[in-house]
Amino acid sequence: MKLCGEKLIEEERRAIANNREYNEKFQYANNRIKTSKYNVVTFLPINLFEQFQRVANAYFLFLLLLQLIPHISSLSWFTTIVPLVLVLTITAVKDATDDFFRYKSDNQVNNRQSQVLIDGKLQNEKWMNVRVGDVIKLENNQFVAADLLLLSSSEPHGLGYVETAELDGETNLKVRHALTVTSELGADMCRLAEFDGEIICEPPNNKLDKFTGTLFWKETKYSLDNEKMLLRGCVLRNTEWCFGLVIFAGPDTKLMQNSGRTKFKRTSIDRLMNTLVLWIFGFLVCMGIILGIGNSIWESEVGFHFHIYLPWDEWMKNAIFSGFLSFWSYIIILNTVVPISLYVSVEVIRLGHSYFINWDRKMYYANKNTSAEARTTTLNEELGQIEYIFSDKTGTLTQNIMIFNKCSINGKAYGDVYDELGHKMEVSERTLPVDFSFNSLADLKFKFYDASLVEAIKLEDPSVHEFFRLLSLCHTVMPEEKNEGELVYQAQSPDEGALVTAARSFGFVFRSRTPETITVNEMGKSVVYQLLAILDFNNVRKRMSVIVRNPEGQIRLYSKGADTILFERLHPSNEDLMCVTSDHLSEFAGEGLRTLVLAYKDLDEAYFDKWQKMHHHASTALENRDEQLSDLYEEIEQDMMLLGATAVEDKLQEGVSDTIANLTLANIKVWVLTGDKQETAVNIGYSCNILTDDMNEIFIVSGCTVLEVREQIRKATEQMVGTPVCNGHGVSEKNGSLKLESVIEETIMGDYALVINGHSLAHALEADMQREFLDMASMCRTVICCRVTPLQKAQVVELVKTFKKAVTLAIGDGANDVSMIKSAHIGVGISGQEGMQAVLASDYSFGQFRYLQRLLLVHGRWSYLRMCKFLYYFFYKNFAFTLVHFWFGFFCGFSAQTVYDQWFITLYNIVYTSLPVLAMGIFDQDVNEQKSLEYTRLYEPGQLNLLFNKREFFICIVQGVYTSIVLFFVPYGAFCDTTRDDGTHLSDYQSFAVTVATSLVIVVSVQIGLDTSYWTAVNHFFIWGSVAVYFSILFAMHSNGLFSIFPSQFPFVGNARNSLVHLTVWLVIIVTTVLCIVPVVAIRFLMVDLKPTLSDKVRYMQRVRRKQKPLQHRMRRVNRTSSRRSGYAFSHQEGFGELITSGRNMRFYKPSPVVTGKSMLSSTSWIENLRKKTTDTMNSFGSEKNIKL
Amino acid sequence: MATNYSPKDDEGEQHKSRKPDNTAFKQQRLPAWQPILTAGTVLPAFFIIGLVFIPIGIGLFVTSNNIKEFEIDYTGIEPNSPCGICANNGTWNTTCTCEVHFRLDQPFEGNVFMYYGLSNFYQNHRRYVKSRDDSQLNGDKSSLKDPSKECEPYRMSNGRPIAPCGAIANSLFNDTLVLYYMDNGTRKEIQLTSNGIAWWTDKNVKFRNPTGDGNLSTIFKDTAKPLNWPKPVYDLDPTDPHNNGFINEDFIVWMRTAALPTFRKLYRLIMKTDSLTPTLQQGNYTLHVTYNYPVLSFDGRKRMILSTISWMGGKNPFLGIAYITVGSICFFLGVVLLIIHHKYGNRNTSADIPN
Repeated sequence: MKLCGEKLIEEERRAIANNREYNEKFQYANNRIKTSKYNVVTFLPINLFEQFQRVANAYFLFLLLLQLIPHISSLSWFTTIVPLVLVLTITAVKDATDDFFRYKSDNQVNNRQSQVLIDGKLQNEKWMNVRVGDVIKLENNQFVAADLLLLSSSEPHGLGYVETAELDGETNLKVRHALTVTSELGADMCRLAEFDGEIICEPPNNKLDKFTGTLFWKETKYSLDNEKMLLRGCVLRNTEWCFGLVIFAGPDTKLMQNSGRTKFKRTSIDRLMNTLVLWIFGFLVCMGIILGIGNSIWESEVGFHFHIYLPWDEWMKNAIFSGFLSFWSYIIILNTVVPISLYVSVEVIRLGHSYFINWDRKMYYANKNTSAEARTTTLNEELGQIEYIFSDKTGTLTQNIMIFNKCSINGKAYGDVYDELGHKMEVSERTLPVDFSFNSLADLKFKFYDASLVEAIKLEDPSVHEFFRLLSLCHTVMPEEKNEGELVYQAQSPDEGALVTAARSFGFVFRSRTPETITVNEMGKSVVYQLLAILDFNNVRKRMSVIVRNPEGQIRLYSKGADTILFERLHPSNEDLMCVTSDHLSEFAGEGLRTLVLAYKDLDEAYFDKWQKMHHHASTALENRDEQLSDLYEEIEQDMMLLGATAVEDKLQEGVSDTIANLTLANIKVWVLTGDKQETAVNIGYSCNILTDDMNEIFIVSGCTVLEVREQIRKATEQMVGTPVCNGHGVSEKNGSLKLESVIEETIMGDYALVINGHSLAHALEADMQREFLDMASMCRTVICCRVTPLQKAQVVELVKTFKKAVTLAIGDGANDVSMIKSAHIGVGISGQEGMQAVLASDYSFGQFRYLQRLLLVHGRWSYLRMCKFLYYFFYKNFAFTLVHFWFGFFCGFSAQTVYDQWFITLYNIVYTSLPVLAMGIFDQDVNEQKSLEYTRLYEPGQLNLLFNKREFFICIVQGVYTSIVLFFVPYGAFCDTTRDDGTHLSDYQSFAVTVATSLVIVVSVQIGLDTSYWTAVNHFFIWGSVAVYFSILFAMHSNGLFSIFPSQFPFVGNARNSLVHLTVWLVIIVTTVLCIVPVVAIRFLMVDLKPTLSDKVRYMQRVRRKQKPLQHRMRRVNRTSSRRSGYAFSHQEGFGELITSGRNMRFYKPSPVVTGKSMLSSTSWIENLRKKTTDTMNSFGSEKNIKL
Repeated sequence: MATNYSPKDDEGEQHKSRKPDNTAFKQQRLPAWQPILTAGTVLPAFFIIGLVFIPIGIGLFVTSNNIKEFEIDYTGIEPNSPCGICANNGTWNTTCTCEVHFRLDQPFEGNVFMYYGLSNFYQNHRRYVKSRDDSQLNGDKSSLKDPSKECEPYRMSNGRPIAPCGAIANSLFNDTLVLYYMDNGTRKEIQLTSNGIAWWTDKNVKFRNPTGDGNLSTIFKDTAKPLNWPKPVYDLDPTDPHNNGFINEDFIVWMRTAALPTFRKLYRLIMKTDSLTPTLQQGNYTLHVTYNYPVLSFDGRKRMILSTISWMGGKNPFLGIAYITVGSICFFLGVVLLIIHHKYGNRNTSADIPN
């Protein structure tokens, strides 16, 4: 994205509301975004300019120019220009289509409508015309058009709710509140239009969670913070309307600032290829110099005396100059060692692979109707080389759906399903859920399978009732009853939502709340509880409680929290129950469920009164308020009675643990980077097999200071290595540590895991500690980073990328993963619930995490294999083709005479040999997909970069050189002094050319035949077809007809006929072919026979078993028993509790038909919107879209 | 592709499943032949190649050895050799003759071919090769008047276009060779045929005289002869109109440039006369050379070669040896590989697959 023009760096931003004239002075960017590069006029020049910036293209242009000099030109102009134009055209068409789609999506976003307050009236304006300082109106479920200061809203106290999923990936609603002074403006157009506050704030930056500024209005100064900002990319929710003042627009918005410049990603093969091409250039120059010197010598020794038949041109002063010219001539004819079609062919092959990914039915996710999509087509083979995977948690590994799954009430566990014989059954699609029809308010989507719990409720088991009563009372959920019985809960954490929804379904329906009361529908009758206090959650307390008075007047404290915390605060009489519950908890945790313990306590009136007074006193205290409060809470939350425990499943996506297990087997390290809390992350780590109980140690780094973190890292390293590592952290050590590290990595025994939180990570990522951290982390099998910011995610990826030189892949689904997706070698987006931004920034996208295994182990592996084989063959065939000129040089006075017909040179790369190798590059597979998944170690060659590296390149060059020698010297020997069977001579230049060319085509065709391991019909067609086409073109070009039209272009007339009818010629061709191929076959056979690779073995087995039925080789998931317990199920910050008790977020209106109707409308549209969300988001973030073909 | 992600598509395809088609092509399940190099295929192939190539090689070698070939260098480097004087004094256009005597130890049967051979003559030099105008040689009138630039510096002579232009034509071999059989002191001239020494396509398609009114001399009226030539192109063979001008066979043979700096070109045929006597009897012969063509300046050599022919062409031991060698190598490799395979080979490859 281009920022509009050169601008002085903005130091602070000033804007006056509703004063466009004033604001225009500063020339702030308007709200138009532009991601396209060209327009109709500039396309051709810019595109050509860009294309010629590529070294290869510039090189060919240079060659073309050289060829225009007649004294150098050893080839006609068309031999270079035809391929060059072809290449340029293909690329230009591709670029043009890409850019057109970018332009279209820009346009769509820019043309979105928004309501702007102009001249005291609301007017519809396109998004792109919105300016800084404008006041705009937003309605519910609309996207925020720019970064706004919230002025006023429909909600009381100027509150507004936004969903920031697109920005930071968090799905819960966030509260934003306007300044009191501005919220009073309401929806009064006149007053809003008169509003002329001046904003002075920080310049545009990419910090999503920070904003500092001040508002001057009516001679008063108000401070502004992030809580008052609505950022572009957010969606307004649950707020009928609001007004905002545009502060940052277009490219200045935090969203755009965050999206950053898209890096052009290249694969390691690309880089290798470029290096090799440079080497080849060097090689080419060397050959040119050798031949040029040869020419100088020849001209002075022989050519000089040959003047009577071949005089020098007048301007040719001496032999040295002739050698100089000859050098350039050889540069021209030997240029085919760097084939111009290389880059295009590589692109075509990658495109083919991308299509295969798009077409893969096994990566199609039916529920969302999304198929996998390769959004960039330039990275495919890198998928076969991944060593590190960085995964987001929420939405990627998990579905971000919390489900009340099991519970333990008064020592009895519920939730498991047993068959008639009392065996535990797996819950499957066919298992019948419990019938909740007794409860008209039940949530229809809620499913529970253990009928005994419902029976217990129906039998009015008091503890069961109390259990669900607690769930329906002790929370901070906001209900919304749009219509009778149509309840929607707004929970800050999905866990709470799950619990309240469960209680609702079991007949304890939380219906509404006021600051003082909670209305619950208990088994059909409505009960109103008086809410006396909310003892809110925080990270230290790890529990929350409410104190309510029931209609009977009894005061009770209900509490839920982490087991470790609550068990300490139970009444001693609970010991037995605690033991049983504890066992249940272990069981739940072993299944990867997130658990909470529930307890209650009866309070007597007197005690409570006293406490309440103290509470009131504490909450108004000016000093140590928090401490006083928490002491008070601590005091009252004692001697509680245990009720039971809940187990909520943070539902993993399908097949996650199998996939991770398989990827781990393939030697890929999986790191989880999540914004979630440590407990949650660890929990998920266990449930998806990233962490296991048989790991030797799980290191937790959670220090707050640099020293602590360093100490923890060191300790962990020592423990793994077994010996203390040197404490010094000098520069001198650095060289040694590289070696040491690789040794260490080999010798680490056992599995280790590392869990590190965001704070510590910030320290660990500092320059002086990052090496140490990385060394330690890479010794662990798994690393989990929790509470990390999007930026940190990217930093971690960068760290591994730079120091490990490993190929990394980042997978995520939310906007918070974008930075990581962009910085990893390969970014994968899950087209999931958190919108499309990750997908749009990604290189590949699909619906489910489990498809990753297929993408890497099947598609990636194949792509890598194909690309390597392709490159090997491609360099080989061009060396074999070109070097013949080199040998011939020694026999033609180094005069740069070509061995072949010019047409052959023109067509060799683009016609005769292009298609078979493309077919191989697109279709080849060594082993089939099942085997690729089954034998994960097949993935290893890619990670170790074994199939195509400098060594392989060298081998292929040697093979090419050998072939060229055979190709030249066998016909040379056979022809030098012989004649045809009719006595006429055979060794004329043209016959020689045809013989060598024919041998070459046959040799390279046989070679591609050997290289092709998967002969589909297409391969057959292309390989046989190419040979056939060669002969047809050969005969056509040597035909009388063409000659009679262009006598000087086709001087080879009649040659094919005259040469190829001769047995001698064919004998030469055959012996040449055999001589070229036999060593290759022998060596390959020996390799397979003596040192077969895994792939060879599997291929062999595949062949043997072809007729037998393939064995189903499924990995069974082992059920873990775990001693680990309680990832307690809170994931929200504190804050809501205070909002509730103060009543600030409550709305009181009498249900009127109008309102009901309206809210019904909005409720349906809410759902509608959720459904449409994907679509919308795409509109909104089309701007970040980077379409690459 | 990426580009199909536009919201409009989404709405339109809401009901349509985007599930990819289940075709073998798209799912990469195309039926395929998957060959692998196993001992069962590679070893027999090596043996078969060996067994086929060795007999062919022997056949070629024997045939090649049966071909009779006689070669004599008449360049005359030594001043006292028969053509020594001509070689050292002769220039273009000065006619000098010399005679070389030689003896055939064996009779030559069947048609005998007479070649002239040149060594160290770079007919394959780039500037030489391109120095011709195929349009002109094909009888194109405009090229006749305005030959291609490629012909420089043999393009124009005194303001008139050279026909045929270019360095190749200019350096046309112009020694005349006559062969005598010395039959007890009497000289018997051997009948040399010049008809049929060029390729049919060259003579009939590639080379053509410009058409026009009158005889060749009028057609070539405005052109100049190549500098080195003693006579213009229309006088190459005034006796035979089908062998004159551009379609003179000696000229055509010369214009088909050689691939290597040592080459031979067919000069004349000695047709078999009757089945009883050999074409060339055992005995003494004299080669009468009209020595026009200087080669000494660039250390070139001129040879006269007499050769019979077989089904595989002229004498060429290389190919036979090549076949025998390659065949033996293959056979040998086959044996070696067989031994290696038996001793160390992984016969049961699938046994030790990990995972």
